[in-house]
Amino acid sequence: MKLITAVVKPHQLEAVKAALQAFGVHGLTVTEASGYGRQRGHTEVYRGAEYTVDLVPKVRIEVVVEDADAEDVIEVLVKAARTGRIGDGKVWAVPVETLVRVRTGERGPDAL
Amino acid sequence: MPDGFSGGDTAFVLISAALVMLMTPGLAFFYGGMVRVKSTLNMLVMSFIALGIVTVLWVLYGYSLSFGTDAFHGLIGNLDHVGMRGIGMNDLNGTIPVTVFSAFQLMFAVITPALISGAIADRAKFSAWALFIAVWVTVVYFPVAHWVFFFDNGHGGWLGDRQGVIDFAGGTAVHINAGVAGLALCLVLGKRIGFKKDPMRPHSLPLVMLGSGLLWFGWFGFNAGSALAANGLAGMAFMNTQVATAAAMIGWLAYERIKHGAFTSLGAASGAVAGLVAITPACGSVSMLGALAIGLIAGAVCAAAISLKYKLGFDDSLDVVGVHAVGGAIGSVLIGLFATGHVGQTAKGLFYGGGFGQLGKQAMGVAVVATYSFVISWLLGKAIHKTIGFRVPEEVEVAGIDQAEHAETAYDFSAVGASLARALSSPAESHQSAAKSTAQDTAKTGVDAR
Repeated sequence: MKLITAVVKPHQLEAVKAALQAFGVHGLTVTEASGYGRQRGHTEVYRGAEYTVDLVPKVRIEVVVEDADAEDVIEVLVKAARTGRIGDGKVWAVPVETLVRVRTGERGPDAL
Repeated sequence: MPDGFSGGDTAFVLISAALVMLMTPGLAFFYGGMVRVKSTLNMLVMSFIALGIVTVLWVLYGYSLSFGTDAFHGLIGNLDHVGMRGIGMNDLNGTIPVTVFSAFQLMFAVITPALISGAIADRAKFSAWALFIAVWVTVVYFPVAHWVFFFDNGHGGWLGDRQGVIDFAGGTAVHINAGVAGLALCLVLGKRIGFKKDPMRPHSLPLVMLGSGLLWFGWFGFNAGSALAANGLAGMAFMNTQVATAAAMIGWLAYERIKHGAFTSLGAASGAVAGLVAITPACGSVSMLGALAIGLIAGAVCAAAISLKYKLGFDDSLDVVGVHAVGGAIGSVLIGLFATGHVGQTAKGLFYGGGFGQLGKQAMGVAVVATYSFVISWLLGKAIHKTIGFRVPEEVEVAGIDQAEHAETAYDFSAVGASLARALSSPAESHQSAAKSTAQDTAKTGVDAR
């Protein structure tokens, strides 16, 4: 199994959710996040006082999928999250050793 | 009603009084949006409390000190109308009942101290602020209102009636007065923790826009209502108010675009307020083109003036000095240039063949009110600071004063935190009623969240 984590623009969340659902991903976890990439943040001006805002709002989407599906899910996710502009975010995958469904105690792919 | 009474004028001034009243909550939102989340409520209440305290004092002695028959060389009214004694329903001030005139002027007295609060946002103890308002209106606003607004055929207030300083709706009595008092207070209290280091961005620009919109709307009562009659002068003041405000918004935004590369919403709102401030003293004596010039100048100059605090090192949190003291001074002095002699007053400015006479009077009026307001406000602020303390403790300021001073927070961000707090609460607490524990969780989360 793989844990796929995506940090994307907040307003792309709905598109990503819909795309993952259409692909057949059963569940996901979404958290609010903030951060910056290579381009850093942006500058805001309030009555002449300029503030550099490094940390910009993002959402972090996490899904666990079977190994065979991982590449496809990443592709779906990236396609849905992409706007082509700076700050579209990152997606990465890491191996998952154990997965347990809390209600039933099922383990592994059965718990997905 | 007695001879001379006008139902039309009375209706107009009553509505104007209600419009001016709306400016205080409008100001509360204007300021409230500009502070950080943790101090929003305090900023709102600092304006609202003025409605409470000043109204009570106005009835007790404020009206009498401001508009009672002059007691001493145009400096202060007598105490004949303490408790509004001797003012009947049918007594007239011009064509309107004295009660209506009093209601209208009361709203000016309310908003003036509220304006000051922006200079000491985020760090003033609420009890000290309430005490300051009560004493300040008594020793500063009521006398200055008498100097400027009380007319009695040459036996009235010394600046307006005796010296001929023109202040149609409060450029000196309201805006310079409040702006300079704000400067005095922010010097007494000192800078906010983190000034010039931490970001202190406005937490809600929509609130700022809403507040400035309400101010603009209410300001028609402020300025047009000051004609005290539903007549051509009121119409002229109304249009001048609109024209100057529009021009000032453009002036501020143009400055901002050139200097900082963006047209900001805060700039638009601030420019509008700067224009309203500047045209206030002048709206009864200049033409609409004069109003346009005053607005443009005020917008650009106030936009430049707000950076003074960074250069000179005083922390006027919400730019009360840059907008109200500077804007009020611009409007008051420019009367000396732009007064046509054909609008409300016969005095002519320099550009209309009046020479330097009126310009000198206007400058004198600005200097006198600014000096008096600064000295007394500073002394009063210092006295409060040395006795009951004017500033909240450091830890309260860092955490935000809403919770500590008002036992409330402006927004509920506790959806996640509350369930966590509930999960961690002791068994004894979990037996309490649902409503009570919810309230506790919210309060706890407010603390935890910081």
